[in-house]
Amino acid sequence: MDQFLNILGSGLEEAFAPATAGLVIAVIGLNLHFGFTGLLNFGQAGFMLLGAYGFAISIIEGLPMLLAVLVGLGLAIVFALILGAPTLKLRGDYLAIVTISAAEILRYVGRLNQLEDFTGGSQGLFGKDYNKPFVDASFLGDGRFTLSPFNYRDIADGALWVRLLGLAVAIALIVLVVRVGRGIKTGNGPALAGRPRLTLVLGILASLVALFFTFPVTYDATGIDGWWARLVGWTLVAIALLVTWLLVRSPWGRVLKGVREDEDAMRSLGKNVFLLKMQALVLGGMLGALGGMVYVISSSVQADSLGRSVTFFAYTALLLGGAAAIFGPVLGTCIFFAGRLLIRELSAAYLPDSIMSDQQSQQFSFIVVGIALMLLVIFRPQGILGDKRELRFNV
Amino acid sequence: MSDPTTTSTGPRGGLADPAARKALMAGVEAAPGAPKPDPILTVDKITRVFGGVTAVDVDHLEVQRGVITALIGPNGAGKTTFFNLITGFDRPTSARSGASWRFDGRDLGRTSASSVANAGMVRTFQLTKSLNRMTVMDNMMLGARRQTGERLWGAMFAPLWSSQEKAIVEKAEHLLERFKLLEKKDDFAGGLSGGQKKLLEMARALMTDPTMIMLDEPMAGVNPALTQSLLGHIQSLRDDGMTVLFVEHDMHVVRHISDWVVVMAEGRVVAEGAADTVMSDPAVIDAYLGAHHDTDLGDDALLEDAAIAELEAEVEAETSEREGEQA
Repeated sequence: MDQFLNILGSGLEEAFAPATAGLVIAVIGLNLHFGFTGLLNFGQAGFMLLGAYGFAISIIEGLPMLLAVLVGLGLAIVFALILGAPTLKLRGDYLAIVTISAAEILRYVGRLNQLEDFTGGSQGLFGKDYNKPFVDASFLGDGRFTLSPFNYRDIADGALWVRLLGLAVAIALIVLVVRVGRGIKTGNGPALAGRPRLTLVLGILASLVALFFTFPVTYDATGIDGWWARLVGWTLVAIALLVTWLLVRSPWGRVLKGVREDEDAMRSLGKNVFLLKMQALVLGGMLGALGGMVYVISSSVQADSLGRSVTFFAYTALLLGGAAAIFGPVLGTCIFFAGRLLIRELSAAYLPDSIMSDQQSQQFSFIVVGIALMLLVIFRPQGILGDKRELRFNV
Repeated sequence: MSDPTTTSTGPRGGLADPAARKALMAGVEAAPGAPKPDPILTVDKITRVFGGVTAVDVDHLEVQRGVITALIGPNGAGKTTFFNLITGFDRPTSARSGASWRFDGRDLGRTSASSVANAGMVRTFQLTKSLNRMTVMDNMMLGARRQTGERLWGAMFAPLWSSQEKAIVEKAEHLLERFKLLEKKDDFAGGLSGGQKKLLEMARALMTDPTMIMLDEPMAGVNPALTQSLLGHIQSLRDDGMTVLFVEHDMHVVRHISDWVVVMAEGRVVAEGAADTVMSDPAVIDAYLGAHHDTDLGDDALLEDAAIAELEAEVEAETSEREGEQA
């Protein structure tokens, strides 16, 4: 039982790791492209790689950190302009082809032996070479910190029943959140004492408290893979969410959706479709680059770790959470990463080696993810948070 | 080209009166490319070639301000291509060899579709382009021009655009009410019927405050009852001072509402004139029915007297045979 609970705990840890936060930001950018504007960008990993290289190389070359971030974002803007200028006037598929090839070109260029002094070649750039300014910027101080400070170990010497009770409470709260959320969407959920949105927010907070009570996690306050990296990563996620929300509810966001529905209709109403698609491509690309920087902050910049598969993970996470839903990328990415880890660990722990070796369980997790994506697209195309009505009409 | 006297008497208000329109258009010669007293749109030497086929080859055409002009012609006459060309959705093949068209005093020869709309000439489409996965209200609000909130930098700050937004909502509700769509405003546009989508598209086009509205087959696929109200709407647009140019196949509709008819065939303007006279123009009959429309297309040999007599004899023989059996 302890082993099972520990695996669940590691799933939770994975869900809020800095790399996950980085991917969430990139998926928010992808949501702006694909969910709201209908741009088929299959090169989001390329934007991430560009951001990561720009950030890391600038710091290694001696630029201050803020300037390095700007370099990364600037590279993404240039990349988006180069990709968009020839393709955005054409049909959507052309953008898909161009972005996926451009991302691959970037990856191969990054691996080039001739550029080894610069990009580290296929070896990549090590975290210790560029994350010092980031770690130095921390105000969390030294030492270790456990979340939550009050946890199951403080009650009855951490007996198993306390943990199970905590888990049960967490699950009950999550069920409540889901029901309330569904009630808000359909308007006929369980009788909610007047303020369903408040209940929803409180429910989410309470379930997080219960989760961290049951699965407390301990990290260095400041180290490269500690609370500082998590704090910065998730703060950036919050900012990215706020910006997307502000943009999408505005008239600008309305034109964005209009372009997704029918470009010619938008042209006939006097909207500059090309400019708008370019703005969306640049903005989403900048979020991708920012995500790339967060993604590598506690590991290393390595061209192959940001290849095609990351783009497809991003799409899976986006569809899972729900395209064109503000919180879809967050929920989708967390569930995607935690879920993959859980499948891998559980099958490694409980299936005997004669059936599945550890290495096979890694591959098995990808198979399950693939099947889950297919089932999702067939049975719940709108994802977890998407609006079903938006998918009812063929366009 | 515009005649100052007609402009000063006000084509806006005065043309709501049928007699005034009749008097205005009576002075126009019923010939292809005839000059109009106050043209809002003037098209010159516009051709479009697809491969070896010349889809549009219009030498000169003027559209009178403030009246309803119908553009008719058989299938494949180039009406929709002509629409696409002048609204910037397509480029003429003759772009570098003298193609030019002026709208309301502005040269539109080199502008994109969106600037054509911003100049005040808005169009609808033959296949309705409603934005299905957006609400009817959002569809309408997209029509409004010059929205501060549509610029990226201002979009994030609601106070910059909220008052304008309120005004747009009011205007949209007013128009939706006029088009009997107000109770549908929060529904997704994809859930409307075909006719309602046509209405929505027209209402949305009106949100841009156009000076000229171009309707591509507004009645196609609309039931007769709705056709009546659509016709009413189109006429009221004209009475509000808008210029209307529309493509239509239904001759009853054309005869009923248009003040002037332009006939296209094989890419050319073959005739122009008032609705009742243009229908009897030999060029029009030619275009619609073919030059030999009064000859039978069946086997002419059957109609020769000898053949008919032979058939009659055969029938007679058969009937008498049957009568013989019955007796």
